[in-house]
Amino acid sequence: MSKIHVSTYVNGDAVEFLCEPGETLLDVLRDRLNLTGAKEGCGTGDCGACSVMLDGRLVASCLVLGAEVEGSAVETVEGIATDDALHPVQKKLLEHAALQCGICTPGIVVAAKALLEKNADPSEEEVRYWLAGNLCRCTGYDKIIRAVLDAAAEMRGVSA
Amino acid sequence: MRYIVAKNSRDAVALLGAGDGAQPIAGGTDVLVQMKLSGVAPSVLVDLKKIPGIRDIVLEDGGIRIGACVSGAEMGENDALKNMWPGVVEAVELIGSTQVQGRATMVGNLCNGSPAADSVPALLAAEAIARIEGQDGQRDIPVFGLLEGPGRTKLGKGDLITSVLLPKAAKNSADAYLRFIPRTEMDIAVASAGVNLQLDEAGVVAAAKVALGAVAPTAVLVEDAAAALIGTRLDEAAVKQCAEACEKACNPIDDKRGTIEFRTKVAGVMATRAAKIAFQRAGGLL
Repeated sequence: MSKIHVSTYVNGDAVEFLCEPGETLLDVLRDRLNLTGAKEGCGTGDCGACSVMLDGRLVASCLVLGAEVEGSAVETVEGIATDDALHPVQKKLLEHAALQCGICTPGIVVAAKALLEKNADPSEEEVRYWLAGNLCRCTGYDKIIRAVLDAAAEMRGVSA
Repeated sequence: MRYIVAKNSRDAVALLGAGDGAQPIAGGTDVLVQMKLSGVAPSVLVDLKKIPGIRDIVLEDGGIRIGACVSGAEMGENDALKNMWPGVVEAVELIGSTQVQGRATMVGNLCNGSPAADSVPALLAAEAIARIEGQDGQRDIPVFGLLEGPGRTKLGKGDLITSVLLPKAAKNSADAYLRFIPRTEMDIAVASAGVNLQLDEAGVVAAAKVALGAVAPTAVLVEDAAAALIGTRLDEAAVKQCAEACEKACNPIDDKRGTIEFRTKVAGVMATRAAKIAFQRAGGLL
């Protein structure tokens, strides 16, 4: 079966790749574009470790085909920090020690950033519901939630 | 497997009707999971998302038409839709995580044929009408007429739902949807109910629709439960009669997520609680 040629944007850069018809965006990112930030936890959209933004929407990249992103804009965890500064969500996850093994962390970073862009001042409940699809088997979630709330406060310019 | 982007709905119908094993893909949150878990790929995957208009939410004859590829997140951000059919929107928003909401579609939820599909009881209660593009052209069929059994619908080969119309909501009416799950999020309904109520000028229920999910091979409309509410302000006797009618309509499975007895009891509880929410949304005083 011939491969499909796809032109898209990843983290603002024009990118072209060839993929199999059934190949997921997650596999394309990891195996063809060497962007290994998004992780495969479950491969069935349950765990959130493969979270990326697709045309401004938070999605599970394991439930998107590479072929489906023709002409789209994909943003991954690799595009979030600048050369010399972490994003506040990344910084606060570190400060709060809100990770242990780190497998879920890229997905949490992408998802939490998406929340804070939509809602600058979320309640704890809103953060917990928004991140319900990002499973973490290490932290027990409390530190993650506190880090996200702290990042939100910093981004609003108020100290938590 | 081939992957083809349909340019328009006729193109999609032709592709789906042509060979065996063609599968449409909208949000893909069921299709890709089924492909992965079964290890079986369709011969052709027909992507519907580039069909003109299929991602639109438009006002039509006082009602609202929702394209087959509109995501749950997009529905939740549409104020006109939320104001007119809050129960349908809250049902769709319960499907999956934030990530799933970014892709999953209401029409996909309907076509997947799950007896526990959250959107379906709400669509039944709203008397939603599916627009189907088929080999012989276009037709409109009530969602109720499409339900068949677990994993099945009455859609024929090559039939494609391109949109669903939520009709104009009557004056002083509102809908609501509730489900029971053992967790607070990210789960499948053990029992659920969609209720749509219309009140008269005196605040008495004049018309009602009550639908249950996850308690029979398909979602069911329970006419006796609706009849129990009509002519009342949801007094205790009416609520009790409604719950009993719901229990009689149940024919659930027995599994680790809920026994027959539990699902039956909870279906009535969900219906009466959803009825109270719909009643208050419609301006009724409890």
